[in-house]
Amino acid sequence: MSINTKIVDDFVANGVDFITTVPCKQLAGVIDEVEARDEIYHIPSNKEDEGIGLCAGAFMGGKRPAIIMQNTAIGVTVNTLVTLTQFYRMPLPMLISYRGELREPVACQVEMAVHTKALLNQLHIPAYHFHKESDAAEMDAILKYTFMCNKPVAILTDASFWGGYGDQ
Amino acid sequence: MIRSEILRDIAPILRDHLVVCNIGLPSQELHMIDDQPTNFYMLGTMGLSSSIGLGVALAQNKTVISIDGDGSVLTNFGTLPTIANNVADNFVLLIIDNGSYGSTGDQPTYAGKKTSLAAVAKACGCENVVECQDKDTGEVLQKAINSKKMTVIVCKCDSGNIKVPVITKDPVVIRDRFMTAVQS
Repeated sequence: MSINTKIVDDFVANGVDFITTVPCKQLAGVIDEVEARDEIYHIPSNKEDEGIGLCAGAFMGGKRPAIIMQNTAIGVTVNTLVTLTQFYRMPLPMLISYRGELREPVACQVEMAVHTKALLNQLHIPAYHFHKESDAAEMDAILKYTFMCNKPVAILTDASFWGGYGDQ
Repeated sequence: MIRSEILRDIAPILRDHLVVCNIGLPSQELHMIDDQPTNFYMLGTMGLSSSIGLGVALAQNKTVISIDGDGSVLTNFGTLPTIANNVADNFVLLIIDNGSYGSTGDQPTYAGKKTSLAAVAKACGCENVVECQDKDTGEVLQKAINSKKMTVIVCKCDSGNIKVPVITKDPVVIRDRFMTAVQS
């Protein structure tokens, strides 16, 4: 089973049926898999704070939402995470590509990478770091934890997890 | 008419539906005029009323009205293509366009100058866009609800505010009673 299939299977098994995405090269496969599943309403966002707004609405309407985005989005969404998701106590699994880690070819990505965990810590957002493919075994437990505690929870997935950047 | 007068005018229509209301004075005014469990008041997060409302509409079948402002739509312009491409026929986006950032002291917005939000919404692919004058808002809103077609209403009105108290309800209470109303 591919890692993309495994991750989306875990979403479906946990009742996640509304997923918004802002693309990243590393996330292309998992986004394709989300789009292919009948059980999931896939709604691409133009910006991540918009996506978190969609997820908040979908949750209040009775769905189980999730967002898939890059770690640069942590910089974009601080206000929304704090004043919407956390203030109103809503669950939000965030599957995040952790750009700017080992094997990163683009220097600018490192500039947000060095702030990513610090920002998540500052925001008191539980964060899990997938570095090896076997780390994804915790995906199911992380999703259950997120919907148990009604909090945003970050799953950081680095380049090693995704198998690098190909031929770059 | 100013925004609070329009809200007073359309409150009897709003009260039968799920309403997501914009941050700041619009929520405070609606809360004062006609507080309902079917109202979700935004206490923060400028710009996301339309996104939250679309999310609620896509998740269930009841009619959802997002009350937004011209300044807030300008803040989250990406919402209009998302709305256009994810049609929810139980969704009405009501943009109260007074050409100013009302909650922060009526600084002018670009929507009060050269930019037409109705034209932008159409260009983004929204199929039912109605621009109306303040006094006609109730009639246009009721028609949009009855049509069962996703509609964007741009209501042109005067700039101006009344004195209203802030909302002191706990956000979790607001969210919980809204969710209970959604499920009822």
